[in-house]
Amino acid sequence: MMKVYMDYAATTPVDPRVVKVMQTFFSEKFGNTMSLHRWGREAKQALEESRESIAKLMNAKPTEIIFASSATEANNQALKGIAFANRKKGKHILISSIEHHCVLESANWLEQEGFKVTRLPVDEYGIVHPESVEKSIRPDTILVSIIHANNEIGTIEPIAEIGKICRERGVYFHTDAAQSYGKIPIDVERMNVDLLTASSHKMYGPKGAAALYVREGVNLEPLLHGGGHEFGLRSSTVNVTSIVGFAEAVKLCKKEMKKESKRLTKLRDRLIQCTLQIKDSHLNGHPKKRLPNNANFWFAFIEGESLVMDLDAHGIAASTGSACSTEKLEPSHVLLAIGLKPHEAHGSLRLSLGRWTTRKEVNYVLEVLPRSVKRLRKISPYKGKWE
Amino acid sequence: MGIIIRKMRHEFLLYSKEILKHFKRPKNVGKIKDPSGIGIAGNILCGDVMHLYLKIKNDRIVDAKFETFGCIVAVANSSMVTEMIKGKSLSEALKISKEDLLKKIGQPLPPIKIHCSILATDALYEALYDYYVKSKLPIPKKLEKEHKRIRRTLETIEKRYKEFIKLEKEVLK
Repeated sequence: MMKVYMDYAATTPVDPRVVKVMQTFFSEKFGNTMSLHRWGREAKQALEESRESIAKLMNAKPTEIIFASSATEANNQALKGIAFANRKKGKHILISSIEHHCVLESANWLEQEGFKVTRLPVDEYGIVHPESVEKSIRPDTILVSIIHANNEIGTIEPIAEIGKICRERGVYFHTDAAQSYGKIPIDVERMNVDLLTASSHKMYGPKGAAALYVREGVNLEPLLHGGGHEFGLRSSTVNVTSIVGFAEAVKLCKKEMKKESKRLTKLRDRLIQCTLQIKDSHLNGHPKKRLPNNANFWFAFIEGESLVMDLDAHGIAASTGSACSTEKLEPSHVLLAIGLKPHEAHGSLRLSLGRWTTRKEVNYVLEVLPRSVKRLRKISPYKGKWE
Repeated sequence: MGIIIRKMRHEFLLYSKEILKHFKRPKNVGKIKDPSGIGIAGNILCGDVMHLYLKIKNDRIVDAKFETFGCIVAVANSSMVTEMIKGKSLSEALKISKEDLLKKIGQPLPPIKIHCSILATDALYEALYDYYVKSKLPIPKKLEKEHKRIRRTLETIEKRYKEFIKLEKEVLK
């Protein structure tokens, strides 16, 4: 049986070239970046070189990069850090209704702490319209946070336009670029962002490393207090090994981005085109304004977790926004936000491609997927209609 | 506010052989022509719906078929329940509980998946209830109780979703 990993949006394997660079940092160059001796200096130098590479790929200054352990941490830091440092200016935060859970839940928590949160709607493709941001900014708004590219449906948001509005209104603007950094061009100047989150393990780097870009002059409250690492914003002995890996992954992505994004777009479009030949199948997200590696569908009359497990039985890794795979037994908030009914959202499937996806793999999925859908429809009580 | 750690929760989704077997090759899929009883359980809003069709002769279930929209556990349990009840008398079938089904799975299900087993036994109770009503037979007390519980749960879900959708519309205004 062929084994096909098509869940790169969940996490990616670490590129062997990255592993190789990381290796010496486990037991040879293991020093603490705060130590004065040569072991410490060696680690510190590796850290600062990594910071520079990661900053470069988003056109930022190295001093504007703070390392964190995950994109979740970086997003928590951005929302809570801005909220608490600027609460005298105002208590209102603006986010979209399709943010990643770590942004949504941070906002929910801040709401419990007395902040006010507005969750902006999106259109049927999952796009946040800049006018709605403009309309929702109030005198007490301190932060706008809009995801750059959605993790489920891959829709790319008009970040530069939204950023321009925030800049004009004097409001801090954060974007979660965990899914997009390393895959599509990012420029913090052109995009008018004040804070940006990037993740290592979504772009062939190791887990345990992420970066938060914080524009010079932004007022941020730290979450972790201690030895004053990361300019006092994130105390913790620095995970140099993972960060060095992150930086190496960034270099590879930078070098290969143009070619790779073209290659994946072609594979993605073939996957989408052929899958939509299946009766009663629909594409989620925007046909063009989407990540080169993301395809997301919903199939009427079947349930997504069953579909994922049936594909798994055929060696294919995919994911779903169905309710059965969540705690609350409610389908994905993203799919509901783009207007899907709960029963429709239950039949969703995300296929995300990556560096090792081949045409042969796409063909295999295209061979198995229609059969799986057909089999589950045979079991389903709904035959061609929802009654 | 805050979370108090009580004990480790094991919610690791490892499906038993029995579940995988019935999911990959479910038994008794389909409809029965002129069924003696039909049981519908679950709600499409929650993502689990089972239709169970029974053929009953001389107080005995001679055939059972199902159609299910749902996750792997829901599909497998649907198949398992049809196998369990075929050939059973009505009073024997009525005694089958979700615990019997869970025992047959052979491995504890994570709490979040328990409702998938309830789905299968609920469909069974509803199909038996339907048979008793249609045949104008006196309905056993236990069945009456189960039927009322199932109706109540459905109403709660529908109410919850109506509120949910109302809330969503307000947010989107």
